[in-house]
Amino acid sequence: MSFDNAYEALTEQNDARWAFGTGFDDPLAGVDTALPPGVDAAVLSGYCLALADDALIASQRLAEWVTRAPELEDEVALANIALDLLGQARLLLARAGRTGEAVRDEDELAYFRDAHEFRNVRLVEQPHGDFAETVARLLVLSSWRLALFTRLTSSEDPVLAAIAAKGAKELAYHRDYAAQWVVRLGDGTAESHRRMRAGFDEVRPFLAELFAVGDVERAATAQGVGADPAAALDEVTAVLEQVCSAATVDAPPIAPATEVSGRVGEHTAHLAPLLAELQGVARAHPEGTW
Amino acid sequence: MTATGLPRAREIAEAVTDPELPMLTLADLGVLRGVELTGDGTVVVTLTPTYSGCPAMAEMRADVHRGLTAGGFERVRVRTALDPPWTTDWISPRGRHRLAEHGIAPPGTAPARGGPVPLRLEPPRAQVRCPRCGSPRTEELSRFSATACKALRRCTDCAEPFEHVKEI
Repeated sequence: MSFDNAYEALTEQNDARWAFGTGFDDPLAGVDTALPPGVDAAVLSGYCLALADDALIASQRLAEWVTRAPELEDEVALANIALDLLGQARLLLARAGRTGEAVRDEDELAYFRDAHEFRNVRLVEQPHGDFAETVARLLVLSSWRLALFTRLTSSEDPVLAAIAAKGAKELAYHRDYAAQWVVRLGDGTAESHRRMRAGFDEVRPFLAELFAVGDVERAATAQGVGADPAAALDEVTAVLEQVCSAATVDAPPIAPATEVSGRVGEHTAHLAPLLAELQGVARAHPEGTW
Repeated sequence: MTATGLPRAREIAEAVTDPELPMLTLADLGVLRGVELTGDGTVVVTLTPTYSGCPAMAEMRADVHRGLTAGGFERVRVRTALDPPWTTDWISPRGRHRLAEHGIAPPGTAPARGGPVPLRLEPPRAQVRCPRCGSPRTEELSRFSATACKALRRCTDCAEPFEHVKEI
């Protein structure tokens, strides 16, 4: 790009200079978003919304590490992982908003829903403890999401299948990053070992929910658009055991659960303050675009 | 109108450079997936994102749009193709050469996907040559670098740190 002078680059006419305000506000621009035959719009929308909310909330939490991480490389790594998840959230929100009962854009879904309308699992909304707890949670999250996304590459919805195929490549790097740190800390000093174990203790109460089959998952799986989370249990358990064995910490046991909480809007008290920060600017300037 | 026709449109679109790796064109990167001309004279350019959250994507679309408009094409549409997903295998030989010339180690062959993705806990074996001195003895400092698509490495011979485009 070139402009005659610096001022010209800042004027309205050259708005396209900026990543924000380019007018390209739809991450699915130009993608064929027609609904495949036999797929119910509300089911697909609800399922994509759940996967989007997991990524959006996890991304916001990870971004809190910026300026707080133990060293610069990890600050950059966590921000990169958060950015990947934000990208997945945008694509999925766009898919959810386009196929639901009323067309809603991704900003409306991200910024103008209250806590009880979010469908994320409670694991991702928990506040961060220390770095060990963060990598314990990231290992669980990325292993679980990678197992789901791998299955979703054969979803009946071609858009969701494409989002999953793209996301799976990213999640594999997230899982590797988390696993390397779990091993380093667990098999490190007495103090890092103690903290790594404590990190898994904090994560444990939120594991069962990941594999529970609620109405959203049941309907989406029945239509061939979703993946059965219960079917991913063995794969995730094997990954956690592999990593924890190398890290000399006990792998967290996952008790099968039947009840969902976050997926039906029942959240812990930690979600509302997170949303207040995430949504503050958009709600203060509801006409703003970016 | 300075120029019309598909060859000219393709030429313009292929010359647009990546905002974050400006030594590469979108064509070198494999992000440019197609240039077509419809019956009503609209140029339709298809791009594919590298990573889901790549912040350069909006810039790329804007740069393509601006380049073609400046080139005299009045109707321009930039499409997104998510499928098949981008892979570093699509970076052209010229693109790889240009990366190395600029001190960024190009990616090796992307891992084949299908079924569960194996988890490797051992440090990856150094298959990445130092783009400055050519030594194969390099080590990974961080799996994520200034952008999600790059890792940070160091050469144990010449001691220089360098970036490496990761295989996805």
